[in-house]
Amino acid sequence: MFPEVGKATLRVLGRLGHDVEFPAAQTCCGQMHVNTGYQKQALPLVERFADVFAPYDAIVAPSGSCVGSVRHQHAMIAKRFGSAGLVDQVEAVAAKTYELSEFLVDVLGISDVGAYFPHRVTYHPTCHSLRMLRVGDKPIKLLRAVDALELVELPAADQCCGFGGTFAIKNVDTSTAMLADKMRNVLDTGAEICTAGDSSCLMHIGGGLSRIRAGAKTLHLAQILAATRQDPVL
Amino acid sequence: MPPPAPDGVGNLRGVEKFPVAARRALADTQLRRNLGKATTTIRAKRAQVVAELPDWEQLREAGRQLKVHTMAQLPDYLAQLEAAVVARGGVVHWARDANEANAIVVDLVRDKAVDEVVKVKSMATQEIGLNEALEAAGIAAWETDLAELIVQLGHDKPSHILVPAIHRNRAEIREIFLREMGDVDPALTDEPAALAGAARQHLRRKFLSAKVAISGANFGIAETGTLAVVESEGNGRMCLTLPDTLITIMGIEKLVPRWQDLEVFLQLLPRSSTGERMNPYTSMWTGVTPGDGPQEFHLILLDNGRTAVLADAEGRDALNCIRCSACLNVCPVYERTGGHAYGSVYPGPIGAILSPQLTGIEDNASLPYASSLCGACYDVCPTKINIPEILVHLRAKHTETYANEHRVPSAEASAMAAAGWVMSNPKRWALALRTGRLGRLLGRKRGVIGEVPLPLAKQWTDARDFTRPPQQTFRDWWAAEHGGER
Repeated sequence: MFPEVGKATLRVLGRLGHDVEFPAAQTCCGQMHVNTGYQKQALPLVERFADVFAPYDAIVAPSGSCVGSVRHQHAMIAKRFGSAGLVDQVEAVAAKTYELSEFLVDVLGISDVGAYFPHRVTYHPTCHSLRMLRVGDKPIKLLRAVDALELVELPAADQCCGFGGTFAIKNVDTSTAMLADKMRNVLDTGAEICTAGDSSCLMHIGGGLSRIRAGAKTLHLAQILAATRQDPVL
Repeated sequence: MPPPAPDGVGNLRGVEKFPVAARRALADTQLRRNLGKATTTIRAKRAQVVAELPDWEQLREAGRQLKVHTMAQLPDYLAQLEAAVVARGGVVHWARDANEANAIVVDLVRDKAVDEVVKVKSMATQEIGLNEALEAAGIAAWETDLAELIVQLGHDKPSHILVPAIHRNRAEIREIFLREMGDVDPALTDEPAALAGAARQHLRRKFLSAKVAISGANFGIAETGTLAVVESEGNGRMCLTLPDTLITIMGIEKLVPRWQDLEVFLQLLPRSSTGERMNPYTSMWTGVTPGDGPQEFHLILLDNGRTAVLADAEGRDALNCIRCSACLNVCPVYERTGGHAYGSVYPGPIGAILSPQLTGIEDNASLPYASSLCGACYDVCPTKINIPEILVHLRAKHTETYANEHRVPSAEASAMAAAGWVMSNPKRWALALRTGRLGRLLGRKRGVIGEVPLPLAKQWTDARDFTRPPQQTFRDWWAAEHGGER
C-alpha cells in the first residue's frame, strides 16, 4: 500500500552506509489477527517471521505497531500454540527487531541523517510507539536535525487518533469522533505536514484531512528523513 | 466453570451493542461537552498530584503485588475476614450472586420493620440492582451521595464509576431537583453552592431519621475485620455512624490482607480518582462498638461472577481494580461515548474487561472491541492492570466461544481465515498486494479514493478518503531493482 515508505527507509539506511535486504519470503506480522481475536491463525505468520528474519543482525520496520506486535505478541502466540523451540526463535528475533527511529538513534547513535525538508511539520506519536515501544523523543530528535524543517508541537499529541486497526471499521463512529479531534489539533498548528512512524495512523489521519480538503497532509517519518536537496519527496 | 452473574437482575448487560449505543451518544452534543470538560480537568489534576510523588511507580507496583497476592489466596483471606468481623460482633453473609444478595438485604431490612433506608454510594449495589429489589419489596432506598441522588431522582443510570452523574450539567440537575425533590425552594438557581445546599437540606432529614444504612466498601482488611469507605462529601460518615443498623455489601475482590496495606492503597486511590492528595473523609469501622455507632453490623460478601473471573488466568487481573476510574478519565473512547453506551455500571476500559467476564463473554461480546488499544489506561492504572492485553485476550475468548457455539463460522472468521491463508505464503501475499492495484480504477479524479458505497469499504470511506493503490507494489519494485523473484 505504501511502497514509498519502504523505499524511503532503504534510502535513509543506505545513505548511512548500511547493507539492507528485503527478504521476499516475508509476509505480515500477524497483528491484525491477534488484535481481532484470531490468535491461532497468527501462528503461521509468527513462524514465518521468526524463520525469515533469523539470519539478520537487525530487522528494521518503519512501523511502531508491527514492531510492537513482534516484541509483545509473538512470544505469547508461540507459547500458546507453538513449540518451545519456536518460543526461543521468536524471542531471539524480537530482541533484534527495531522501529526505524529506535534503530537510528539507539542502535546507530545518529540523530542527523542528512535530510533536507523545507516545510512546516507536526509530529503525531502513535500509540504503539509511545506506550508499547516507549520510543520517547527519538522521532523528535531526528526531525529537529532535518535541515530547513520547521517543527511545531502538536496539542494533545498523546491522544489516540482513533485508527486502532479493525476498531476503525467496527466502531467507525467513535473512530471518526477521535479523528475529528486529532485533525483539529493538527490544523491548529498551521502545519502543512503531519508525520508519524506508522502508516496506519497516517492513512486514517491523512484520509480525514483529504476528505475535508483541509490543505494539510500526512507523510511518513521515513519519507521526511529520506528527503534531500537532490532527492526531495515533495 | 464457576457461574457468571445471572441474567435478569442487576445492571451489567446493555440492551444494545456498543457501536450502536455509541453512535447515538456521540451525537449528543451536551454529553460530549460535559464529558470532554470533566475528563480533561480531572486528567490534569491527576497528573499533577501523581508527579508530586517520587515513588509513584513503586507504589503502583506494590499495589499490583498486593492485589495479585490477595487474589491468589482469596479463600483463605475471606475466611480470615469473616472470623475477624464475627469476633468483633458483626454478622457475615455470603451471597453467591445478585439475587441472593438482594434477598439477604431485603430480609434484614424487613426484620427491622422499616420501609426506608439510606445508602452510601456503592457500585456493587448498582451492579446487583439493589435499589430496584428494595423498591419491589416496598422499601425506599435514599441515595445520599450527591451524584447518586441526582441519578436516582433523574430515574437514570450511573455513567461513571466515581462521578455517576457526569453526564448531567447543572441546568439539568436544577431541573431534576425542582421536579423530584418535594421540599425544594421553587426559586432554586443552578449555582453549584445552591444545588449542594438543596441536596444537603433534603438529605439531612434522612440522615437523622433513618434506622438502617446500606453501604459498599472500598477495602476490607482480612487481618482486623475492618471495612473502609473513601469519600468526598461526608454522607458516608453520616450513614456509617448515625443509623442503628449498618449493612455493607462488598465484592470479594475488595479484600486486602493487612491493616498496613492500606498505606499503599490510600495513597494510590485519591490521587488516581479525584486527583487529590487525600480525600476529605475516610471512614473505617470494625464490627460493633457498644454505645457508639451502629449496634448491628452485617457484611455481605458478594461473588456475582467474580470467581468466574478468578478462574481465567489471563483475565483475572481485572479483579485487581480499586475502582479509581483513572482509566475512564484517560480513555479517548469513554471521553466521547460516555458510560451508558457500555450498557453496564462498569464502563470504560475496566468495564470492557470486567463486565464481559462477570456476565460471560457472549453477553457483552461487543465490549472488548470498544477500544483502539491505545494503552492510555494501562499507563494510569494504580494497580497496573494490563487492560489492553486483557482486551486482546477477551477478543480471542469471544471468537473461540462463538466458534464453539456455532456450526457455521461468522463472516468475519471466514474472512480472517482467508486473509491468514493468503498471508502465510509470500507468493500469494505478493499477488494479493499486486491485485489490490485494481483499486486504481477508483480515485482517478482526485488521486485518492472517495466514497465507496460497498460493505466494509463504506465504513472506511463514509468518513475518510482512502489511499489510491500504487502503480507498482514495493515487492515488485524491489524485485525489479535487485533482479530477484517476484
